[in-house]
This record gives sequence, structure tokens and C-alpha cells, in this order.
Amino acid sequence: MKRLLLLLLLMSHIAIAEDALNIIIDEGVEGALPIAVIPFGWNQDTLEPVDMALTITNDLARSGRFVPMKERDLPQRPNQFDQINFKDWRLLGMENLVIGNLVQTGVGTYEVEFRLVNTFNGRQLAGFRIPAPITQLRRTAHRISDIIFEKLTGVRGAFDTRIAYITVKEMGQNKKQYNLLIADADGFNPQVLLSSQEPLLSPAWSPDGKRIAYVSFESRNSAIWVQDILTGARTRVAGNKGINSAPAWSPDGTRLAMTLSKDGNPDIYIMHLATHTTQQLTFNRAIDTEPVWAVDGSKIAFTSDRGGSAQIYESSAIGGEARRLTFEGNYNARPRYSPDGKAMTMVSSRNDGRYRIAYLELSSGYSSILTNTNLDESPSFAPNGSMIIYATATRTGSELAAVSADGTVHQRLAMQGGEVREPAWGPFLSP
Amino acid sequence: MNKYLVPLLVLLVVVAGCTSSKTKSDKAAGTTDAQPGAVSSGVASQPSTGMDALTDPSNPLYNLLQERVIYFEYNESEIQEQYRAVIEAHATYLSQNPQTTVTLEGHADERGSREYNLALGERRAMAVEQQLTVLGVAASQIRTVSYGEERPISAGHDESSWGLNRRVEIIY
Repeated sequence: MKRLLLLLLLMSHIAIAEDALNIIIDEGVEGALPIAVIPFGWNQDTLEPVDMALTITNDLARSGRFVPMKERDLPQRPNQFDQINFKDWRLLGMENLVIGNLVQTGVGTYEVEFRLVNTFNGRQLAGFRIPAPITQLRRTAHRISDIIFEKLTGVRGAFDTRIAYITVKEMGQNKKQYNLLIADADGFNPQVLLSSQEPLLSPAWSPDGKRIAYVSFESRNSAIWVQDILTGARTRVAGNKGINSAPAWSPDGTRLAMTLSKDGNPDIYIMHLATHTTQQLTFNRAIDTEPVWAVDGSKIAFTSDRGGSAQIYESSAIGGEARRLTFEGNYNARPRYSPDGKAMTMVSSRNDGRYRIAYLELSSGYSSILTNTNLDESPSFAPNGSMIIYATATRTGSELAAVSADGTVHQRLAMQGGEVREPAWGPFLSP
Repeated sequence: MNKYLVPLLVLLVVVAGCTSSKTKSDKAAGTTDAQPGAVSSGVASQPSTGMDALTDPSNPLYNLLQERVIYFEYNESEIQEQYRAVIEAHATYLSQNPQTTVTLEGHADERGSREYNLALGERRAMAVEQQLTVLGVAASQIRTVSYGEERPISAGHDESSWGLNRRVEIIY
């Protein structure tokens, strides 16, 4: 078996901020596509603000579906279509070529042009030329990666997306600092949304990507908050006696499913965000928690130990009988539906004392373990369903990792100095 | 149950009777303090006989009341037999000090999902709460909170750490 040990520590002109993640690819997929991304043309003498080609190269390599050619191996560095020496590329068997230009058009304004070219038939497969302010250059590079990915794999790319996660730092004197952050899907541009000395957990993106719900212990008990990402304005939506946790957005963004134990036992409730009124969905004496909505909003899956051990159940979103979905292993918890609604990922233990990420095909009930790590938690699908991001234990704490939905691509997202946990992959940023 | 409770209750009444003079002398010291407000408010917020069994080593209940952590088996919320005397001591103390409140803080080890562990920590805290109320403690004296796996005592990824983390802390 061919392993791709591509140790791609992302370097960039942008300084890696505190809490930034470095992505390390442990294992790629067999038969990954070769591609050459030529350094973009740049019309100034100064250093370019963003290395577009490197950003795209890293995106494609990180997906595990591509093997980008090393920069030193490039036989030529064309920036225009008519500069391409097709024969050289064909001889190398390099079918896919990306060329482009970054042009400064004014103070802080730029124009980005790119082309994806098939060297075997000499045709352009995709391309655009668009203006971009300096703040949008990295996003533009991710959009280019998305286009390339879709053209060559047939699957929509998810590079132009964001992730939310929690970091924990020891502050001495038995104090900790919990941060809720969002960052680009490649770990860049981390922004702290909230800092607290009390635990933060369970970040959940609204379907439009504009708000995040989470659990905060700042009032010395769990409470559910909803925060606007842009303005930072936040509202406490549930702060009852007992547990207030596990918020999950309905696909239309109007309701939150959540776990409340205000009546003495953790059950699933649905809150209408406009009125903050709740209705109870489960009425079991067991633990019912970790609700999640099916993609079409008709059903809710959740974790329950009503059968003696934690397993996944599914019921109609308006209540009624719950159906057990998991039968393999002594522990299955924290379900998330795949974006196409056909599968589910969860934390699973198979009577071996290990806790790993599992993938369940809903039509057949066939389930498989995707990871070879341990103490895995909080799996979350990329919006295109290709990758699952999760948290896993390290010797000193925990870090993020990702695995492809077919279990063939493995990555680690390491952060300097601290613990990082509970990743949640956000929705597509553009429609 | 009665076998334990009756002598403990008697002891407590005796202890309570003995301690009022000590409290008075505390108050007297407080008035001569440079910041009398701070001191007197601290004393006033406590029942006059309340803290002694918790703080006085000569009190027969003292040793049991120093036991403030109940540990649990993996994924369990059943209280093991070995903690019976500790819980009864706390029940006796709380019954005799109806103004005293206690927080039962439930915790879980790191295995499995965080939200499930939050529920498991609550279930453990409620198991202790239930025993206390059965032994006569008023529900209004007890507050339960679960931190799930968020506040481990020990950070290791093995049973020696996990065993310390699966717990209910009794906090006065």
C-alpha cells in the first residue's frame, strides 16, 4: 500500500496566530490525482499578500484526493495559457495544470485570475477572473480549490468553509481558559468568539453559518447560548435547573433541539427560537441526549441508554416512538447525519475499551469503524460529506483530526500549546 | 439505617449545645477586627451551630464528614456500599442543620461523548441526592450540578485517572 506521508506544515506570509491549527496529512488515498499548481504571476516587486498557489496546493493535498507536484520539480512556470508547453507536461504524465495571476489594482484591491487546464487535450476546464479585496484573497484561493476539486472529482469542494472548535489552556493556580473559536477550514484566520474560565462545549452552527449555539458553564451550571458571529451579540436561550445542553439547529434555523433535565431527567426538547417556548420530544426515564436533525427536518436522532447501554435512536421530529439504529458495539453516541442524509457518524466502542469514529449506512444498517485513534469524540461532517472532523486524545490533551468518509484519508490538525476539542464543521459559505 | 442515625443524631444535638459559646467568642473577636463588616457578615450567613461538625476535629462526625467524594464504577450511578456511612453522616448533619445547603457536583471520566457524560454526571449527583432525601434531608437544602467530563481531577488517559474522575463531590 502506498502511503503519502506528506508532511505539509503550512507556511504562509500570514503569521500563524495563537490557537491556529497546523494540518498534517498522515495518509492519503491510493490513486490520488497528480496536479501541478504553478506559482501565480504577481505584478509588484513587493512580497505578494497571499501565496495563492501554495494555498491551493495545500487545500488539494489536504483532501487526500490529489498529489500536487513539488515546486522544485516544475518543468516550467507559465502564467498565461499561451506560455504553456503542453509537450513537456504530457511527457511527465501531468494531466492537470493550474495557472493564474494576482494583480494589484489599487490600494488593498486585487484581481485574481486562474485557469485549470488539461494538458493532454490542451483545453481549459475551468477559470475565472474576479476582483478581490485583500481580506478576501485567501477565500478566493479556497474557491479556486473548490472549483478544481469539483471539476476533477465530481464532488463539490468544501475548502471555502469554516470550522468552530474549543480550546483549553492551563492558566496556572488550577485555572483554565476556555475559548470558542472559528477558523477557516485549513486552520487559518482563527477568531475567538468567546473566552471563559468555566467550561464551554458543544458548538453548533446555524444552517446559514451566521450564528453559533453552545453550552457555557459561566453561571456555574450548564446553559445554552446563541451568539451572532459578526456582532458578537449573545442570548441565553436555556438556563433551567439541571442540564441545559446539546443544542442542535433545525434545518430551517427556526428551532433548536436540546437536552434539558429541568423535570428531573435528561430528555430531548425542541425550542422555537422566536418565542423561546419548548415542547418535550422524549419522555423516557433513561438518559436521552445529543439530538440532531435529519437533513430534511422530519426526524431527530439522539443518544439514549434506555436499552441499558448508550445507543443511537431516531424518532419523528414531532415525537412518537423511537427506533433503535445501532446494534454493533456496547456504546454508540453523539450521532451526526451525513449531508446527503444517507449515513451517520458517531462515537462507537466495540467491547474493546476503545472509543472511535464510526460510519453507519442508514439503508443497510452496515456500520464500520473509520479511525485508528482512541478516545475519539465529536465527529462532524464537512458540508460536502467527504471528510469527518473529530477530536482525539493525545498524550498531553487532545487535538483535532479528520478522516474521509470512506476511511482512506487521515489528517491531524495540531495546535501549539493547549488542548483543542469539539470541532464543528460549518455550512457552505456561498450558496 | 436507624442503627446509625439515632446515635449520630444524639451526638449532634450534644455538639450543637456545646458550640454556642465558641460562636459567641468568634463574634466578639469580629467586633474588634479592623474590618468588622466583613467578619460579622461571614458569621451571620452561617447557622450558629452549623459548621462545627464539619470543622471541629473533636466532633465524632468530623472524620466521616471530611469524606466529601463518592466514587463510581464505569458508566454506573449506583452508590457502592462502602460509602453508606459517609452519606449517612452527611444526611445526619444536614437534617440537623436545615439552614445549611449542599451542592452535589457530578462528574464522569473522559470516555465517550461529552454530552452523554454530562447526563451521566447528573445521574450520579441525583443518586446521592436521592439517598440524602431518603435519609430525611429536605430537597431545598440540596443543589445538584453536573460538569460531565469537563473537570477531571486527574488528566491521565488510564483507569487510575478515570477512577478518580468518576465522582460526586459534596460541597458545603
